[in-house]
Amino acid sequence: MKIIKKAILLLSTLTCLVLTGATLGAASELYDVTQELNTKSYSKKAKVVAKIAETGDEQAADILRALMAGDLFARKSDKIIVLAEKQPDGGYALIAPGTGAALGTAKKSDLSKVKINNRVRNAIKAALGGLDLNHPDPAKRLAAADAVFKSLDDDMLPLLEARLKTEENDKVKSAFEQTIAALYLNADVDFAAKVSALHTLKESGGPEVKSFLSRYLAELPEEEAELRSQVAEILDAVERRLSNFALVENLFQGLSLGSVLLLAAIGLAITFGVMGVINMAHGEMVMIGAYTTYVIQEICRTSFPAGLEYSLIVAIPAAFVVAGFFGVLLEKSVIRFLYGRPLETLLATWGVSLILQQFVRTIFGPTNKEVSAPSWLSGAWEVTSGLSLTYNRIAIIIFALCVLFALMLVLKKTLFGLQMRAVTQNRQMARSMGVESATVDSLTFGLGSGIAGMAGVALSQIDNVSPNLGQAYIIDSFMVVVFGGVGNLWGTLVGAGSLGIVNKFLEPYSGAVLAKILVLVAIILFIQKRPRGLFALKGRSVEG
Amino acid sequence: MTSQNKITEKGPFFSLLSGLPGGGKAFMGILLTAACLTLAGNLLIPEGHALHVPTYLVSLMGKYLCYALLALSVDLIWGYCGILSLGHGAFFALGGYAMGMYLMRQIGDRGVYGNAELPDFMVFLNWQELPWYWYGMDNAFVAAIMVMLVPGLLAFIFGWFAFRSRVTGVYFSIITQAMTYALLLAFFRNDMGFGGNNGLTDFKDILGFDLRADGTRAALFAGSVIALAIGYLICAFVTQSKFGRVLVAIRDAESRARFTGYRVEYYKLAVFVISAVLAGIAGAFYVPQVGIINPSEFSPANSIEVVIWVAIGGRGTLWGAVLGAVLVNWGKSYFTGAFPDLWLYMLGGLFVFSTLLLPKGIVGTAPDVKRWLQEKMSAGADAGEPKKGEA
Amino acid sequence: MQKLKKALGKISATVALAATAFGMTSPAMSAEDVIKVGVLHSLSGTMAISETTLKDSVLMLVDDLNKKGGLLGKKVEAVVVDPASNWPLFAEKARELIEVEKVDVVFGCWTSVSRKSVLPVFEELNSMLFYPVQYEGEESSRNVFYTGAAPNQQAIPAVEYLMSEDGGSVERWVLAGTDYVYPRTTNKILEAFLKSKGVAEEDIMINYTPFGHSDWQTIVSDIKKFGSAGKKTAVVSTINGDANVPFYKELANQGIKAEDIPVVAFSVGEEELAGLDTKPLVGHLAAWNYFMSVESEENAAFIKKWKAFIGDEKRVTNDPMEATYIGFNMWVQAVKQAGTTDIDAVRQAMYGQEVKNLTGGMAVMNTNHHLSKPVLIGEIQENGQIETVWNTDGVVKGDAWSDFIPESAKLTADWTYPFVCGGCEKPMY
Repeated sequence: MKIIKKAILLLSTLTCLVLTGATLGAASELYDVTQELNTKSYSKKAKVVAKIAETGDEQAADILRALMAGDLFARKSDKIIVLAEKQPDGGYALIAPGTGAALGTAKKSDLSKVKINNRVRNAIKAALGGLDLNHPDPAKRLAAADAVFKSLDDDMLPLLEARLKTEENDKVKSAFEQTIAALYLNADVDFAAKVSALHTLKESGGPEVKSFLSRYLAELPEEEAELRSQVAEILDAVERRLSNFALVENLFQGLSLGSVLLLAAIGLAITFGVMGVINMAHGEMVMIGAYTTYVIQEICRTSFPAGLEYSLIVAIPAAFVVAGFFGVLLEKSVIRFLYGRPLETLLATWGVSLILQQFVRTIFGPTNKEVSAPSWLSGAWEVTSGLSLTYNRIAIIIFALCVLFALMLVLKKTLFGLQMRAVTQNRQMARSMGVESATVDSLTFGLGSGIAGMAGVALSQIDNVSPNLGQAYIIDSFMVVVFGGVGNLWGTLVGAGSLGIVNKFLEPYSGAVLAKILVLVAIILFIQKRPRGLFALKGRSVEG
Repeated sequence: MTSQNKITEKGPFFSLLSGLPGGGKAFMGILLTAACLTLAGNLLIPEGHALHVPTYLVSLMGKYLCYALLALSVDLIWGYCGILSLGHGAFFALGGYAMGMYLMRQIGDRGVYGNAELPDFMVFLNWQELPWYWYGMDNAFVAAIMVMLVPGLLAFIFGWFAFRSRVTGVYFSIITQAMTYALLLAFFRNDMGFGGNNGLTDFKDILGFDLRADGTRAALFAGSVIALAIGYLICAFVTQSKFGRVLVAIRDAESRARFTGYRVEYYKLAVFVISAVLAGIAGAFYVPQVGIINPSEFSPANSIEVVIWVAIGGRGTLWGAVLGAVLVNWGKSYFTGAFPDLWLYMLGGLFVFSTLLLPKGIVGTAPDVKRWLQEKMSAGADAGEPKKGEA
Repeated sequence: MQKLKKALGKISATVALAATAFGMTSPAMSAEDVIKVGVLHSLSGTMAISETTLKDSVLMLVDDLNKKGGLLGKKVEAVVVDPASNWPLFAEKARELIEVEKVDVVFGCWTSVSRKSVLPVFEELNSMLFYPVQYEGEESSRNVFYTGAAPNQQAIPAVEYLMSEDGGSVERWVLAGTDYVYPRTTNKILEAFLKSKGVAEEDIMINYTPFGHSDWQTIVSDIKKFGSAGKKTAVVSTINGDANVPFYKELANQGIKAEDIPVVAFSVGEEELAGLDTKPLVGHLAAWNYFMSVESEENAAFIKKWKAFIGDEKRVTNDPMEATYIGFNMWVQAVKQAGTTDIDAVRQAMYGQEVKNLTGGMAVMNTNHHLSKPVLIGEIQENGQIETVWNTDGVVKGDAWSDFIPESAKLTADWTYPFVCGGCEKPMY
């Protein structure tokens, strides 16, 4: 009797459960699984994430994205996991995950965020990878393929293969092929299939393939000697390819360092090289340019959020004008009285540089300022898999060359350039020909300072925007100008480029500090050999 | 050379003293009187008395005097021979490091790890034995030699190459800057065995005397005074001798001096080495008084500042260099305490205005002001207020 | 005769100068009813970027204390000087504060070298310094209270977390740092620790760079290569303040994501992140004793007060500020307890002094002059904050001497009877 009673009870409970399940639909399963996120352990959370994805619910992806974005909260009163949406009044509207039922509102202090860490984030990405393989956006599909390549989830294999047939985007296609090949290696297929998979991997051959293959090789049992030797061979090929790329990368890094040096030094090549002013405040002009960029970006952020992406482009002329203005001011108030006494310009401009640093510190405070990178400058250009060059460095190289050639054009092709050359070569003669030498002087100085300001725009992308920014570049700039030959723009170009490349080629062998020391010693020795730099000016103006 | 025949009568020292120009004699007088007053005020007058000079001030003055000697060494080459070194801080720092190594070895087993052989920072970075260049540095005599030898040798090698290749003017200035910058980076490396960025510090004794005792401090101060006085005499002797005349000739017209038959590079080399040795000695007295030597002393900015002291005091006048160094550093000490937020404006402004308004420096401008005043007086106008207060 | 006159005139001028130098730096010292607090933080030069914030923090705390009626019925006055990131100047200014200004306590220093520079001065003149920054340990002075983290309160827990399953089971390590004593020590300790956990020599890469290093291309791509060997890799960064911004910018540009190669930093806090766009950096880690994002009543009040004091809604708080806060309040409590500002009495009163942490729990001053504090590990968020992902259950006691360096493992720091020493092998009494 008792047994029957129990059986009936059990049966009724079961029916009950099934019934409620049917009425609420699959959504409640998602709801229940989501509630399991209420744990402190990240490993558990990672498992729950996978479970959420496995429910196959349409809303699973949304929930995972909400978790990623930090929009899932635990209500403190009853420990229920809820989706919270911020309301205009500062409160939060609560929604039950999965069911979409509204659960009222709450204050921020009533909620505690469901925290995630890298491990959970990885799990979410892997899970979303599976869900995103059919996403219409190719970038999302690419990310999904990468996520599967990382998680090596063999359930995805049929999905990937099906998707590959209709895929049109080349990049995504090769990512799919690479992922499928990796999955094949782990799957139960014959030797030939594995070898062909290995060759597919060799084709793509980036660092992630190297990482995958070395892990694969380490885990491969000793018995499969044939496969092992195949894998080792492919791994070797991939490594060789990568080390060839390393050389190209190294060259690029050298050029990039050179372009930074060039940018910092071009302005100095004018104020110091052409005018003979030992301008110790040159670094501060660079700093002013960087701060101008910051101010422009802040204005964009508050007033024209749409223009934020292009604030850098606005900042280039702005930095030129602001730094140029400071340059003209400096020339009119100080340098003007010191022509013909180059060493004294050093002393005065040193004082000016102290004042400018403190000035910026007073206005903007001593801490670093954030200048964000626009999306078109972030990330890297993947030339081929395994070789990628960062966009901002490419942009700086191009920018530096543009500035240099624009400057050359101004010097060679404009009236101002003509007058400037005339004044620096023979002031008396120029004046007697009717050139307003004083005006030309201040404009020249302004030009040099303005270019330094433009350098500041570029440096804001790779370095601190702080009052000390200029100090870091002043010595290097002088080295470049002197090494290249004072008064010669080509010299500055070649000097900057060669110093950058030499430095970067030494660095892997000697370390960053020693490389720099060696470069400095090389400059000292070089100056002994050619006391007036790489491209020395000839003629009478040299003595003096 | 009127003093030439006096040497036999009074000995070289007095002849040199009597050979000093008026300003020089006055300078020596002031220096020694001020030093005696300071020492007496510190040691003889009890604490709490209005005229008592606290030890704090004695050490501070000692520091200024070391800077003054450094400024003097820069003035010797820049003011008298036209060689602008923007890396003289390197010689100063090398002298300081030599002294620091000696002081470090004097700590013996009183360091935190109690290792009698190795300084603390080596113990802690797993050095097994003392590097060869530390040998002998526990001997005061060896250390004293090194204080002069190391900067002198570096100056000799550097100068030998640079002057022979006729690297001049701003090129020379920039490569001296490269030199000090390279040394900054080198000493910064912990692998070099000089304590990395922390440098050498936590000194205990010098020649067996406790560095913290008032007496030792006073003695170090006296030592700095004497070093400065001797340095001054050497510079005065160098600049007034025939050698000095040649230097000035080189400063004013290098090519002409060369065509007249002087081996310009040897003259330059000699004065460069003398100057570097003086800078090294200044560094050696500096370190025990401030209690630390670290790579930041090599920083190019420091060397540039030394040049500014000289320029403000008066380039080409020995006591102008001393005055400039003391004045600027006193200003720095005072302003950083009194106006911590504004002092850089003041210091920067000082540099700008003194270059603009006093192109010859304070000492160089003084005669002009005097002449101007006299003219005014003789013209019968009332010379109410003396201008700019720099007299 | 005229010359003599001139010389005398000059002498008197010099004496007058010296007198003013002395007179002006010591304003009338009649005020018995004032307690003076020295602030020795660089306001210019390379360190101003970090230290100015701490100067403002002390000013805020002093201001606050005065509003509450001062200390022992007296007004508290902050004496601010600028040592200008110049190490010998630090020693000079310390002496000036103690001897001329007669301050009762000094809050100051950031870099190790500045602390080393002033240490002899504080010991000689028997004064008191509160040092609020995480540091390398291997020191315990009678005259210094270290309120920042020692290596065992930061580095080791962080590495343990990364080794755990939750942290990603890291097996391969890059130890990247600026070449000075704090990274050298931390890396030495970590290396010993990792080896004791069975990490092989070839799975550890150590790299040092100069201060203010700005071109990170080579190193970041080396890290990338090192990380592609098939084992989970993490970077432990002891890179110093200024160089971090270009380092993280390069990381972001070369596409190193926290999920692939996480970077855990010991010198990067909210203040450093304020100069960065943190969107590409989400998930990189930091280990401290305090994060601004921690929710507690004390923290909320502190942040509110700070923003009001500095007059900027965007300003952030960071760990050294909390260390300053704890140090200052401990000193205030100790002075109240001792009933005097006398150094020796206050020092005795400091031991066992407790102050509420801003992140919850109690910070306790130990007899080795280091604090017991909780350790937090956090991940960088999009908004520039660091959110805790792991924390110790209780507090961790700061070790002056590391157990992982053989020479220092045998030393004990205890300033109470019977040891009474900063580093000795057996008790003094």
